[in-house]
Amino acid sequence: MSTRNETEMSQARRLAREGGDLSLLRARVPYAAFLDVQVTLDQGVPRFRMPFRRSLIGNTVLPAIHGGAVAGFMENAAILHLLLLLEETRVPKSIDFSIDYLRSANPVDTYAACEVARQGRRVAQVQIRCWQDEEGHPGRQREIAIGRAHFLLTSPSDETGT
Amino acid sequence: MTHASFYDAVRTRFTEVVPHVRECGMIVDHLSAEYAQARLPYRPEWLGDSERRLIHTGIITTVIDTVSGLAVLAALGQFEPIATLDLRMDYLRPTLPDKPLHCRAECYRVTRHICFVRACAWQDDEKEPVAVSQSTFMRSSHSRQRSARTI
Repeated sequence: MSTRNETEMSQARRLAREGGDLSLLRARVPYAAFLDVQVTLDQGVPRFRMPFRRSLIGNTVLPAIHGGAVAGFMENAAILHLLLLLEETRVPKSIDFSIDYLRSANPVDTYAACEVARQGRRVAQVQIRCWQDEEGHPGRQREIAIGRAHFLLTSPSDETGT
Repeated sequence: MTHASFYDAVRTRFTEVVPHVRECGMIVDHLSAEYAQARLPYRPEWLGDSERRLIHTGIITTVIDTVSGLAVLAALGQFEPIATLDLRMDYLRPTLPDKPLHCRAECYRVTRHICFVRACAWQDDEKEPVAVSQSTFMRSSHSRQRSARTI
């Protein structure tokens, strides 16, 4: 059982790493597919994108993307970042997550990049930066939120099934 | 506006007007100055781990963020622009599929500029929460901030 899972996960990882094809990895994380999270690899460094769609709106007056959707996107970015860079055999479990909102999220595509600040044997600490393009200045980043999260990594006992 | 009609208006605006809340299908079960409570019916797309079949913590954050904002408006007793400043989530236990997720949020302190909220989410038993949260909101009209959010 664990061998099969390991194979499926490593196959999903290989497709994502080599061809930038996230479909198998996303199939393991349905909520990432719900938010339509995309990934591009720039010299091995993942950058995540949540394409804008109207149903992400949380404030119709501004309008702005729902803060929860931004947070959910950032948690997905952190999880996929760990799956892409580490050799995890299962989806890492979230322990906690904290987000600071800096600016409202405009109705455009949203981006995120992550950094693993600490990786222990059982726990990883991930920092997540989230931005959009500055209006009228494509490529200039407008930071909308920063986050951090702790994840429980696959333990050796999980792998052997004990 | 009377209190009862204000709560009805918030409820309607929340579930029928906010696109993302409607897309997720959240249902408000209680709204008063004391607390807000809502539930999210289960859907397979909420899963975060299709192998172990656990609900993604990100959708729990979305529900808690929404209900926390709702609790702030209910505590204020009037529509005014609010913006989430920060939100912290602790995931206490795995969240299981096939069951709704309930969330209750309480705005326990309101100042001229800031509102403080605590919230929890559970499935079967409120005494065994799957997540707890602490958040702060800014009352934007008072701070003349542009990054406003109205539910």
